[in-house]
Formats: sequence, C-alpha cells, structure tokens
Amino acid sequence: MRSAPASRPGSKENVLRERFPRASGRRDAAEAPNDEPSAKMLAEDLVAYFGKSKALKGITLPIRSERVTAIIGPSGCGKSTFVRCLNRMHEVVPGTHVTGKVFLDGVDIYGAGVDPVRVRRRVGMVFQKPNPFPTMSIRDNVLAGLRLNGLRAGDADALVEKALRQVALWDEVKDVLGRSGTSLSGGQQQRLCIARAVALEPEVILMDEPCSALDPIATAKVEELIHELGDRYTIVIVTHNMQQAARVSHYTAFFYLGELVEYADTDSLFTKPANPRTEDYITGRFG
Amino acid sequence: MALSYPARKAIDVLARALCVLATLLALVPLVSVLVYVAKAGLGSIDWSFFSELPTPAGEPGGGMRNAIAGTLVLVGLACTIGIPLGVAAGVYLAEFGESRFAKVVRFSADVMSGVPSIAVGVFAYGVVVLSMRRFSALAGGFALGILMLPTVTRTTEELLRLVPQTLREGALALGVPKWRATLRIVLVTALPGIATGVMLAVARVAGETAPLLFTAFNNRFWSTALDRPIGSLPVQIYTYAVSPYDDWHRQASAAALVLVAMVLILNIAARLFIRVRGGAK
Repeated sequence: MRSAPASRPGSKENVLRERFPRASGRRDAAEAPNDEPSAKMLAEDLVAYFGKSKALKGITLPIRSERVTAIIGPSGCGKSTFVRCLNRMHEVVPGTHVTGKVFLDGVDIYGAGVDPVRVRRRVGMVFQKPNPFPTMSIRDNVLAGLRLNGLRAGDADALVEKALRQVALWDEVKDVLGRSGTSLSGGQQQRLCIARAVALEPEVILMDEPCSALDPIATAKVEELIHELGDRYTIVIVTHNMQQAARVSHYTAFFYLGELVEYADTDSLFTKPANPRTEDYITGRFG
Repeated sequence: MALSYPARKAIDVLARALCVLATLLALVPLVSVLVYVAKAGLGSIDWSFFSELPTPAGEPGGGMRNAIAGTLVLVGLACTIGIPLGVAAGVYLAEFGESRFAKVVRFSADVMSGVPSIAVGVFAYGVVVLSMRRFSALAGGFALGILMLPTVTRTTEELLRLVPQTLREGALALGVPKWRATLRIVLVTALPGIATGVMLAVARVAGETAPLLFTAFNNRFWSTALDRPIGSLPVQIYTYAVSPYDDWHRQASAAALVLVAMVLILNIAARLFIRVRGGAK
C-alpha cells in the first residue's frame, strides 16, 4: 500500500517520496503495523520548565523497544529538552523542573524514590558536541562509565575492543589506544562517545543531534552506526536533518513549539503526513 | 578616510614596536632584581651557608640551615592548611555556588586577598599565639595558610568554571553521581591550572615577612618543633639586612638568592610534574 501504483504521478505522496527516497529504507519499519514492538519508554503528559516558561507543553509519546525513534522539529521546539527529560538530565540545569510521567519498563522515572543516577545508567546519552574526557586515553574513555561507577570490567581489553568494534572505530584506533581521546578527529570522537555509552550496555541510548558538529563523511559513518545499533538498542535521536531522520529511524515524532504535532512510523510521517503543519515543515515551508 | 597600504603598514610597525618596548620596560625591574640578588648573593654562598647555623654576632662564618628548614616547615604547614581548604571552597563555589551563602563566600575571598599580610599576622597572633602563650611554627604556618586561602579558592573556582559543561554532562549521563563526576572528571581536567595557581600562592607566601614577625618569630638555633619559634629566610633576611655587620649583610643577600631560587625550583618542579602527569597516558 505504501507505493500503490495507482497513485497519481504528481500526487502529494509521490512528491514526498521523491524528496525522502530512503524514508522506506528501514524495511522493517512498518512491515507489520499491527505487531508494533512494545514501548520501552513512555512519556505521559510531560511538561518541562525553564524557570516559569514551558519548553514542553504536555508530551505523550512512546519510545518503542529496539527501534530508532527520531525527533524532528525547528530550533527551540523542545526536541533536546524532551530527550534530556528521558534520562533526567533536564534537571541538571539550575532553575528547571519537570511534571508528568516518564515510564521506563513501566516504572515512572520521576516517581518518588527513583535515583536519577540509576536511571542514567540504564538510559545512556550522546551529546551534540563530542565530549570525550580530555584527561583520559581512548581506552580509558571507553571504560570511563564502568570505572567512574566503581565497577570492575571483567576483561577490560575485550570490553574495549567490543565497544570500539560496535561503533566501527576499532580498526582506526587499535594501535593508538593509549592516546588522548581528544587527539581524534571530530567524527572519531563522536563514535568514541557512542562507544563510551555502549560500553555500559544501556537499555536506551539518547542521541541529541549527534551529527550536527560532523562533516558529511563522519555523519554517514555515525548514521550507519545508528542504523546497526538500532536493531539491538532502543534509540532516540534528535535531529535537525529530516533526511537523516528518514534514513535512520523507524518512528518519527514532529515537535513544534513544545508540542507533539505528529507521531507515526517514519515512512508514513514523511510520505503521508496527517497534520498540515508536519507537511509544511517537511516540505520546507517553514522551520 | 582610507589610508594607503604603506601608511597602514607603517602604523602597524610603529604599534608593534611600542608593544615590544613596553614589554621590555616591564621586564627591566624583574631582570634587575634577579641580577642584583644574584650578584650580591652568589659571592657569599658556599656549602657552609646551607650546612651551618648562624654564628653569634661578630663571629665570621656560619650559615642559615635553620632558616632554610624553617621556611620549608612553614610553607609545608601553610600548604597543609591552605590547599585542602582552598580547593574545597573553590569546588563548592564553582559546582554548587549559586546560593546567597556562596556569594558571601566569594565576596569574602575577594576582600581577603586584599587584606594586608600584617593584618593576617595580627589575627594569627590573636588566635594561635595568645592561646598557646608562645610564638610557634604553627602560628606562622597558620598565618601563611590563611594568606594562601583566597588565591587558591578563587583560582580553583575560575579554573573549574573553564571546564566545559559538556564534560560534566557527559559524566552525569554515564550514571556517575555528581560528587564523583566533580572529583574524577572536572577537578582532574582543571588540575594543571589549579596546580599553577597553588604554586603562585605558595611563591607568594614563601616570601612573606610581616605575618611571621610575631607568629613564628625567629630562631637562631636549629628547631623543627611545631610548637616552638622557628627561623625563616624572610625574617632572617630582614634581621640581617638591618644589622650593622657587613658579614650579615652579605648573608642576607645570599639568603635572598636562596629564597628566589627555592620559589623558582618549586615552580619548575610543579610544571614538570603536571606535564609528566598530563602527557604520560
């Protein structure tokens, strides 16, 4: 039904399909619409404040298990704030607070008695700008999550190799593991940061515009990586780049001015947007 | 009005020459102090200067073994008090310092760094000397430690603020508790700068004379007991320099040279230590 031959050549859907040719790149995305994976996380009426102003105005959104969910929208729409609420990083900034609920495996992470530190061990995060720890070697950066949490890596070397292989960085750095993490190029640093997050084996990985500071080649590598990791991890990626969202995600949510405008599987959202504001945005009429 | 290229070039050369000139002028006092101290002191330095105790007035020879050791003891005591307190206060101000209380602390530190050192000496006299009923190394170290505090606190705070927020968030996002992220990531990242700031503070207090006059007092005999008066290079220099004896004048110059050299060596050692630690891994 996606590319029904009956649709007229100049129809809206075909125009959009041309624009986002890879929106259906994730074949697994919508192949069984009635058999959607369960929600690993669920935001319910989530409101995030900066002082008195609301950055999020009541978001209800599922994050499906072992799928990639992309969050798109213009600057200042609350995308970043939303993902930062999913591992309780929003409240790190002074003067902020959150109301509503975010369930992780059915447990509200904003509930009384929940330790944000524990939440963050299960929900990892990759930031906009690569931020390897400058005082640590590449190897120690990968192990940082374990070491800083006072955990012993059973076989540190194997763990380092595994994590670096997962992010396709191993071949590039295996001979210079002792070098400082900041000696790498931007794209390598970002993959190192992903390795650092992956090494802790989180259940969910949040990525806040992970490619915005990278050149196209590095971006392609990171995207490929997200594509691969998406089969094993639950990933939420914030991006400015709609093509990127179309390429890497199974599900896409469109945020505008702190509200969730539309959420659908990526293919539908980019080819048959239900909301006119979504259509305006993805066709470049605003934002 | 657009100037021609040669005119702009000429202005550039002139401006640059003025900058160089200003730098050279600023270096004149520094270099002349070093040259003067070296010239005056070198002739009087020999092994006995380091190995012997002062001789009674009028008797030639003798050294400043006691004063050198005393300065080391006093600086050591000052560091024991000043560094942990100062660094801890700096961490508090930088990482947790949004409250009203923190503003008061910050303001106090700024005011304290401008307090004349002799006033700090009076304070140490009142607190330590009077309660112990005797001059002591402890009182001197206490005074110097307090003098170090504001510098160490503010340097630590400034340098921690330079650590990018993204590093803190990177650590927190790994599920690291804030205290541990602060210690193991933020503080470690800022360590070279903090160490430099601490060195500057040490260098400053190592040469302080006024606060020692009525706290550590002076001691012409060998002593490392913390609860007794202790000699120190600055006080010894002062005593010898105002004495009527030529021999003592020469020894004062030698002591000044040794003091400058000690501060210099301390500085270089700290820098080397930082470079080795920072680059080894």
